[in-house]
Amino acid sequence: MTTRRDLLAGAGLAALATQLPLAALAQARDSVTIGMTLEPPTLDPTSGAAQAIREVVLQNIFEGLVAMDRTGKLVPALAESWTLAADNLTYTFKLRPNARFHDSTPLSSRDVKFSFERAVAPDSTNAQRWIFTPIENIEAPDPITVIIKLKQPTANFVYGLSWGDAIIVSPATAANNKTNPVGTGPFKFARWNRGDRLELARNDEYWGPKPSLAKAVFRFISDPQAQVAALRAGDIDVFTNLSAPEAIPQLKADPKLKVTLGKTEGETILAINNAKAPFSDVRVRQAISHVLDRKTIALGIYGFDVDYIGSHFSPLHPAYVDLTGTYPVDLAKAKALLAAAGFPNGFECTLRLPPPAYARRGGEIIAALLAQIGINAKIEPLEFPQWLERVFKARDFDLTIIAHTEPLDIGNYARDDYYFQYRNPEFKALIDKIDRTVDEAERNKLYGDAQRMLARDAVNGFLFILPKITVTRADLEGMWTDWPLPLTPLAEVKWR
Amino acid sequence: MMGYLLRRLLAFALTLLGAAIVIFLVLEILPGDPAAVTLGLNAAPEALAALRAEMGLDQPALLRFFSWLGGLVSGDLGLSYTYRVPVTQLIGERMVVTLPLASMAILLASAIGIPLGALAAANHNRAGDAAVMVFAQAGLAIPNFWFGLLLVLVFAVGAGWLPAGGFPGWQAGFWPALRSLLLPAVALALPQAAILARVTRSAMLETMQEDYVRTARAKGVSRRRTMLRHVLRNALIPVVTVLGLQFSVLLAGAIIIENVFALPGLGRLVFQSIAQHDLIVVKDLVMLFSALVVFINFAIDLLYGLIDPRLRQAS
Repeated sequence: MTTRRDLLAGAGLAALATQLPLAALAQARDSVTIGMTLEPPTLDPTSGAAQAIREVVLQNIFEGLVAMDRTGKLVPALAESWTLAADNLTYTFKLRPNARFHDSTPLSSRDVKFSFERAVAPDSTNAQRWIFTPIENIEAPDPITVIIKLKQPTANFVYGLSWGDAIIVSPATAANNKTNPVGTGPFKFARWNRGDRLELARNDEYWGPKPSLAKAVFRFISDPQAQVAALRAGDIDVFTNLSAPEAIPQLKADPKLKVTLGKTEGETILAINNAKAPFSDVRVRQAISHVLDRKTIALGIYGFDVDYIGSHFSPLHPAYVDLTGTYPVDLAKAKALLAAAGFPNGFECTLRLPPPAYARRGGEIIAALLAQIGINAKIEPLEFPQWLERVFKARDFDLTIIAHTEPLDIGNYARDDYYFQYRNPEFKALIDKIDRTVDEAERNKLYGDAQRMLARDAVNGFLFILPKITVTRADLEGMWTDWPLPLTPLAEVKWR
Repeated sequence: MMGYLLRRLLAFALTLLGAAIVIFLVLEILPGDPAAVTLGLNAAPEALAALRAEMGLDQPALLRFFSWLGGLVSGDLGLSYTYRVPVTQLIGERMVVTLPLASMAILLASAIGIPLGALAAANHNRAGDAAVMVFAQAGLAIPNFWFGLLLVLVFAVGAGWLPAGGFPGWQAGFWPALRSLLLPAVALALPQAAILARVTRSAMLETMQEDYVRTARAKGVSRRRTMLRHVLRNALIPVVTVLGLQFSVLLAGAIIIENVFALPGLGRLVFQSIAQHDLIVVKDLVMLFSALVVFINFAIDLLYGLIDPRLRQAS
């Protein structure tokens, strides 16, 4: 007679038996488990701005006409080549004839036309419309040729096409990409256990070199201590950007792990309300810049040196100019500037801080630094939605700390209504000129002028670039350690 | 009896309606636009307007309240702002983590706390009692997230017996799933066991003073039998009350523990949806927790009747 206990024991054995092949597979080392802090809300980068979406899907599931490589250079992706006509308006893209979507439909020029027209449709929620607004019209004369005509010369048009917002999607599957993404990339979407993990599988029909990994698992771990524990326990092989800088010495001491400190496009600034007195006086802003001891701030936040900036530009871009020496730490000079502006004894103001550690920890240090010249900044912590509403949208603030993680966003300083309200016609004219300058060397020179102008006017307190703390298993190769765009491309990742 | 049940049900519904009004109003006053959170710092006004329309945020507040309430009654909890999938699906996926976790914790806490409390009462003012009280003090004083980290250091990082966090899903098999719930359940259970031990001990000490206990002993019933049949059973009423309250505390405590162990449960969902301003999920979850608490209290009332026949007859 079979008892209930026998049945249960049998079930247990069966469960154990199914475990064994899985364990054996893990030994083959063609899979990798990647830890990330935030989970993507959806898997469609054309539906929202969340960085986590791009980190998972761009260059893995989805591709654009062009791609950015790990050094920040534009390289061909779905377009194997492109040319710009002498009118500086007409781009001709040649598509890869052997590219296919994961549902086996071949890529066609009509998909490109569909994708870009969809991005500017009235009901589109694409977070970066600026990429597409210069487009006058799109033609698809044959399946592998796309001709895009612009309204005016736009220097960064092709650059924008490397962003997640400009991926090429198929009309048949676009509506379901939020939960079941179908792209053209080296990996296919396999499974998503919301809140815990997301799995990708190798796309064996990929047009380019086949990835070495058969499977990749993204795991979402928000607690900094839990991130460290998962790495040390071997539950994950990589953490793309660790939230626990204080654990770096401990992780570096572990011979199984490799820690790399890299750069990003995240300009972290003490943003100043330029439209509000007393900050509308350039001398007040310069005085603030003279007390911002970047090294002290970074050591307080991270415990190590990071890449410092003197203007709103990332050292990852070839046009970067080092302006960190513009306002050396000088209390006497800062006090003199304040006195000249009519505040010999300083003044009271508020410092509104969003939740990230760089803002909350950095805010304490900056308030202490400002107090040295009599500026008493009252700290007000805000949740991120409230920060967006009050500081970013209503511009109701004196000072705040925020990292601008979008690449090449110096153009925001030309927007009069942008939250720090710089409003300089000279700068606007310069950005306008940059936008129309197609020649790269000439454009980079102008970018240098723009950086100098922002530094001269001490628009904001320019602090540092957010570091990227990559921790990997010592024998895993090919992970991106810098973030010219915040991505985790896996096609070149392999075990040694 | 029917009248009593009906009255209780009406009170149940009114409590929930009150909760719904409060929750809706609080979240309405809260500043912050979910569309702005989704689209970030570069979004064009047209894109924001399109998203607000897609989320139904362009409707007047009163209309949104009634359509939400109507949805709650018919079991349609709406579409998550961030994930863009039905909230019922999200809750369903998370429930299969949090409910087993809370149940394991409550079982563990009872299995440890009640016997320890009974042991302490039976050895009142002796070494055993003192040892249990020290354990209870420590259990109450140690924050469970810290205890959780300690468990991870010892059993996951050090010994490598159990995963440091995460949840492979029940589809990965019963044992792997259970393994990943073990450490968090222990971390959740410890402070609860401590409370249970203290409550059991003091309830039993009080019951031991009762006349019927002396009578039982005078009749010649053994001490052991008196303790189990008369003292422990009569002391169970406050213990069961605390147990019921603990279930609600465990669901809430799961918010912290699920974050420490990166478990995709309801607590983590609450945390994430608040951080991402996914107000519709916040509303639905707070409603769900309110309903659970009200329901558990109701169930505890019924349990009293089972434990104490006198209460059964009185009602």
